[in-house]
Amino acid sequence: MFTALIAGVIVWLLVASRLTARSWEDPGEAGNGGGVAMAPARIGLWVFMAVATSLFSLFLSAYLMRMHHGFWCHVDPPRILWLNTSLLVLASVAFQRARGAVDRGQKGQVRSSLAAGGVLTLAFLAGQFLAWRELAPTMYFIQGSPATASFHLLTGVHGLHVLGGLWAWGRVVARLGGGAELIDVRLGVQLCTVYWHFLLVVWLVLFATLSTT
Amino acid sequence: MAYVAIADRDHGAEHHEPLGFVRTYIWSQDHKVIAIQYGIVAIFVGLVALVLSGLMRLQLGFPDTFSFIDPNDYYQFITMHGMIMVIYLLTALFLGGFGNYLIPLMVGARDMVFPYMNMLSFWVYFLAVLVLLASFFVPGGPTGAGWTLYPPQAVLPGTPGAGLGIILMLVSLGIFIVAFTMGGLNYVTTILQARCRGMTLMRMPLSIWGIFTATILGLLAFPALLVSAIMMTLDATLGTSFFMPAVLSQGETLGHQGGSPLLFQHLFWFFGHPEVYIVALPAFGIVSDLLSTHARKNIFGYRMMVWAIVAIGGLSFVVWAHHMYVSGMNPYFGFFFATTTLIIAVPTAIKVYNWVLTLWRGDIHLNVPMMFAIGFIFTFVHGGLTGLFLGNVTVDVPLSDTYFVVGHFHMVMGVSPVLVLFGAIYHWYPKISGRMWNEALGKLHFWLTFLGTYAIYLPMHYLGILGVPRRYYALGTTDFLPESVHAVNASISIAAFVVAAAQLLFLFNLIWSLRHGERASPNPWRATTLEWQTPDTPPKHGNWGPELPTVYRWAYDYSVPGAAADFIPQNDPGDGRGRTGHGEVKAS
Repeated sequence: MFTALIAGVIVWLLVASRLTARSWEDPGEAGNGGGVAMAPARIGLWVFMAVATSLFSLFLSAYLMRMHHGFWCHVDPPRILWLNTSLLVLASVAFQRARGAVDRGQKGQVRSSLAAGGVLTLAFLAGQFLAWRELAPTMYFIQGSPATASFHLLTGVHGLHVLGGLWAWGRVVARLGGGAELIDVRLGVQLCTVYWHFLLVVWLVLFATLSTT
Repeated sequence: MAYVAIADRDHGAEHHEPLGFVRTYIWSQDHKVIAIQYGIVAIFVGLVALVLSGLMRLQLGFPDTFSFIDPNDYYQFITMHGMIMVIYLLTALFLGGFGNYLIPLMVGARDMVFPYMNMLSFWVYFLAVLVLLASFFVPGGPTGAGWTLYPPQAVLPGTPGAGLGIILMLVSLGIFIVAFTMGGLNYVTTILQARCRGMTLMRMPLSIWGIFTATILGLLAFPALLVSAIMMTLDATLGTSFFMPAVLSQGETLGHQGGSPLLFQHLFWFFGHPEVYIVALPAFGIVSDLLSTHARKNIFGYRMMVWAIVAIGGLSFVVWAHHMYVSGMNPYFGFFFATTTLIIAVPTAIKVYNWVLTLWRGDIHLNVPMMFAIGFIFTFVHGGLTGLFLGNVTVDVPLSDTYFVVGHFHMVMGVSPVLVLFGAIYHWYPKISGRMWNEALGKLHFWLTFLGTYAIYLPMHYLGILGVPRRYYALGTTDFLPESVHAVNASISIAAFVVAAAQLLFLFNLIWSLRHGERASPNPWRATTLEWQTPDTPPKHGNWGPELPTVYRWAYDYSVPGAAADFIPQNDPGDGRGRTGHGEVKAS
């Protein structure tokens, strides 16, 4: 609900100035009022992140509401999550470096940073998998504690979003490997960077919630 | 630097080479073909749901007559009828069908900004429909949990389709949401980014405003359904306890403990209420354009109409618990949700007044699309007014679970949007197919449908006030109900069969006119919006020929004083004569 409200306020601020136009009064002026001068993929990504934010907020709301019902026992998140978190932070940093390198035109650094970002993210996923394994035997997953089930559900959905990001990353890397110029992958690198920061923020919120409740 | 429309920067002035049959009609990335694909599939499943409702009316009108309908079948019919109509027909046809067809044409773009994803959206939707229909053929049949799928009963043995049926339903919903998200990203991005030169937000036709806002609602609300579908699937398959409390079922304790059925209801209705407006807002937008065009008059209060659409969209997220007054909640919550619910009446009433004022002293052409648009005002006002009753907790509690509610929501979100869909199909059919439909058949279809729906749903309100409960397979001998209730039920059923048969007229008209209809002129309604100004009818792939249109005015310049024709298309630069805000011609 809060997400929806916040999204509503943002959209409102963005469009409020244009919504007061008296469109019936000024025929004859073509003006510049076409679409927003922004790459479609960039708008698409931001809209998608709004959808994903709504999804994760609802999962978290469901988690918090379910907590207050019966048969809930707290589960300490596996310690490996701290390592995983730092891996994802480093991946974000690597993407940020790649983004900077694209702007400076340093092809070598773009390649190495992108590779580092991808490898760190894969390591993060592997770490998450280990965390799953660690929790599975200690508690009954099937018919077991809803806290464990929620842990698997929340990390699983986040992991799927990371996999989606890696697919986009794979496409950028493939284009770069196929000899594309930096200018052709610039947008892709920028969008990956934005998305990785988003994934990191979502993960930090999830991790904080799972650790403190 | 010469202005290059954003929509043209990617495509350039590319020439679309002829593609093979498969890429033109099956794996098509053309928004118009995708729209028609969405339309055909949605209308097909809609017919399945119509047949299901006919079977339900057979049972309700003439209980103890048809041995092939048992209570389990009846619940399965109810569930599938509701789910198909709301999601797979209305949502898909308004957004996937009309959204796809109208957005690029009305904002002056060559196509959606992500055509490949648009194609994928349709095929994933098709998959969702296949999975849904597959549930008719699995052991146990489709789920009979009611379209709200409330746990715990939805997954407990004893409910029809509690095994595979409910799983397939949840999986199908999940797939549908993926399809919708892909389509929705396209609609929002195209409207924001690919508008042609001069098409400011406040020059967009109201159809686009309705579709745009509804898509944003869908993108933010469908995740709630996804969350509940995923959690319920886990409850049903792996035995987790998100929604399932400890249950003693048929003498056995199930493994669940501590889950919260109420949590499901909150999640479901956090999606379910915006869903009403996901269906209603495109209808509001489209009906505004139909009324204005066929009354040859500018829409009354355009800016207010846009704001009302946005306000309704925002408010729709804070009213969901009015579906749960009888589920048990803190009275203060009930008070809060009753207040927000009644506040929605304000922007909605503004829209109704503006529609009526648009008609007032207009040059009304009673074409078939216009008749459906005016019919919509009637059914929507009736359905909306009963909504004011039900929005109050104290009125809702006794009426809840009676036929009053059935009458209300069918009037407001069943019949009303469907009338707009019919109007819209008749209105844009000449552009889509290049042919005109048969007018006499169209008018017959309108009168049978419009009067027929009143014969069906108006008596339901009386049944509800008498206390006839909904969801019952048969009333049996019930002391508090007079004998006349059964007569009314029979007459409702007969009206329902007539209305159902009338839809065959509609289908026949659509299909027959494809070959035998009169050739349509490019702009038979003399409308101002861009889709009527395309160089070809039906528009070719790429829509606009070598150059994109430029927009000089809003979409409602009908009967402009002093103008030569009674309409000025949006891309007409005009003779340089401006108007003041009061519709007077400036003295030059």
